[in-house]
Amino acid sequence: MKVFEKGKMVPVPSTSIIPERDLGKPPVLECVHLGIEFGGLKAVDDFNLTVGKTEIAGLIGPNGAGKTTVFNLLTKVYTPTHGTIMLDGHDTTGKSTVQISKMGIARTFQNIRLFNNMTVEENVRVGLHNRIKYSTAEGIFRLPRFWTHEKEFHERAMELLSIFDMQDMANIKAGNLPYGAQRRLEIVRALATNPKLLLLDEPAAGMNPNETAELMENIVKIRDSFKIAVLLIEHDMKLVMGICEGICVLNFGRIIAKGTAEEIQNNPEVIKAYLGNNSMEE
Amino acid sequence: MKKLQKSNLQSVSGSALPYIVVVAAFFIVTLLQKSGNLEQHMQGMLVPVCCYIVMALSLNLTVGIMGELSIGHAGFMSLGAFSGVVASQSLIDAVPNTALRLALSIACGACVAAVGGFLIGLPVLRLRGDYLAIVTLAFGEIIRDIITCLIVGHDKNGLHILFNFRGTKTVADLELVEGGLPIIKGAQGAIGTTKISSFGAGVILILIALFIILNFIKSRTGRAVIAIRDNRIAAESVGVEVMKNKMIAFVISTTLAGAAGALYGLNYTSLAADKFDFNKSILVLVFVVLGGLGNMLGSIISATVLTLLPEVLRGFDQYRMLIYAIVLILVMLATNSPKMKALLQKLLQDVKTLLFKAVPKRKSEGEV
Ligand SMILES: Nc1ncnc2c1ncn2[C@@H]1O[C@H](COP(=O)(O)OP(=O)(O)O)[C@@H](O)[C@H]1O
Ligand SMILES: [Mg+2]
Repeated sequence: MKVFEKGKMVPVPSTSIIPERDLGKPPVLECVHLGIEFGGLKAVDDFNLTVGKTEIAGLIGPNGAGKTTVFNLLTKVYTPTHGTIMLDGHDTTGKSTVQISKMGIARTFQNIRLFNNMTVEENVRVGLHNRIKYSTAEGIFRLPRFWTHEKEFHERAMELLSIFDMQDMANIKAGNLPYGAQRRLEIVRALATNPKLLLLDEPAAGMNPNETAELMENIVKIRDSFKIAVLLIEHDMKLVMGICEGICVLNFGRIIAKGTAEEIQNNPEVIKAYLGNNSMEE
Repeated sequence: MKKLQKSNLQSVSGSALPYIVVVAAFFIVTLLQKSGNLEQHMQGMLVPVCCYIVMALSLNLTVGIMGELSIGHAGFMSLGAFSGVVASQSLIDAVPNTALRLALSIACGACVAAVGGFLIGLPVLRLRGDYLAIVTLAFGEIIRDIITCLIVGHDKNGLHILFNFRGTKTVADLELVEGGLPIIKGAQGAIGTTKISSFGAGVILILIALFIILNFIKSRTGRAVIAIRDNRIAAESVGVEVMKNKMIAFVISTTLAGAAGALYGLNYTSLAADKFDFNKSILVLVFVVLGGLGNMLGSIISATVLTLLPEVLRGFDQYRMLIYAIVLILVMLATNSPKMKALLQKLLQDVKTLLFKAVPKRKSEGEV
């Protein structure tokens, strides 16, 4: 594949590491020369990444490397100043955050963004907004479709909450949940949108080792049962090395390494980037 | 399981409470009226109180539920009031039944205000930030100026409308034929209106407003609006369209304000556009803030208390403003404190258990 940029043909670096089982299928995500500048500062520069259809991929790097910015580019919170993003073969140029959600990317946030004044179940119901529909008038006048569809909202929400055994928290206000449960609820809400690609921004942050171990299992379980791809940002190296099939290392907005867990751990560039940072524990 | 049922029951009673309060108040007031215990000037306050309650409910949808500031809500009330008056006066011959004519006029006022809300929302709701506050403020003032320039009359040929920008035109310029009726006379506003508003209609309008708003909040679109208020970026990330959902909420809000305006306008024989000024918008905003953002029962209580208070306090003369201020603070404490809310809930629960105890008894008696 060739991409036309700045007046010349530039070959796309073929450093993607797609798991073998996904090789026959088109990738779910392709970032080509993706970049953004904030007033001259290149927060993300020449970011090339391909994620397979059912891959669990990791995006790591020191604080301020630009990882969250990549997620914001993928979901169009920021508009890229360079490059293209292809989602499941479709160009996402010019799309809005809402359209991206409809196209199949769902995400969680590093700084948790729940609907704090709503209950746990209502948060998931908002996630189901585009999957179960009835009109405002049907809602106000409580017409038959309101009742059947609200029942469906309830059943689907409960089903999704059962992924993390959270059914009995359904009526608690999201803002009153413990930290770990809030992170899990964000994942459930994201899954409610029926994504093809799930972006997790530091899902284990603030969790204790037990919770993290459980989360690892659940991420794999989610990938297997929903048959979706997961791209996750995480500082917990046990989690990243444990479940990520392909890992991409970002430093100062640029990719410095790509590969399997083993390759990354032995990469001198990566070790140098993390040196003195202490955040890369075995 | 038990826990779940209890919380379900609570949420049901929580949403039924405002209806119960309104209906109870209606019966108490009607009883007082029938027994001749309601003073003359209090009787005159009944319809305005209903109008202000609907206004407060309507504004609470915009400010409390949607999280956008509107400080020109009296403008939408004004739109509803004058279009309602025009509709009613034009239909005097066609629809002699006053109840039906009132309903039609309120519907007309509501529709005009809905269009107004849509036109204001269209450019403003797609912006981030407090632009709605600025634009609605300007809107309220502009509507006032426009209506001040308006000369409207009705005869058998239909409606006659003149824009009196230079201030040189009078009702005579409408050239109404024999039997024609001037309705709006420029700066004087609506004159010679046949009063057809009633307390009963006001209470029905409050119940309709409650029904619409409370059901809206507990529907798919309402949830989307609250989600946008709580966290816009997260709402967008799960595919909730901001503009569309906010627009629906805002138009519902302005529609109800228009309905309240029509009821208000048809309660007076004459009504000037100056009645719906900036102060009126702020007054309604005060009702909403004191009653608690998103708290519909709170809006009902604060609108009632604060509208009636100046009347009640007439006898106290120089202490009037002092007492008014104290009551303001008390209302705020009462409607915004969790303790008071819990107390209200408990009272309702007690009433319920009393009722539940009473019901099976009667049943068993019937069976025997
Ligand atoms: N909206 C913005 N305006 C200016 N600079 C930004 C903005 N968003 C991110 N940045 C900068 O981009 C860099 C990467 O940030 P971020 O993606 O949050 O890093 P991390 O890898 O820790 O998630 C930081 O230097 C940050 O200051
Ligand atoms: Mg980050």
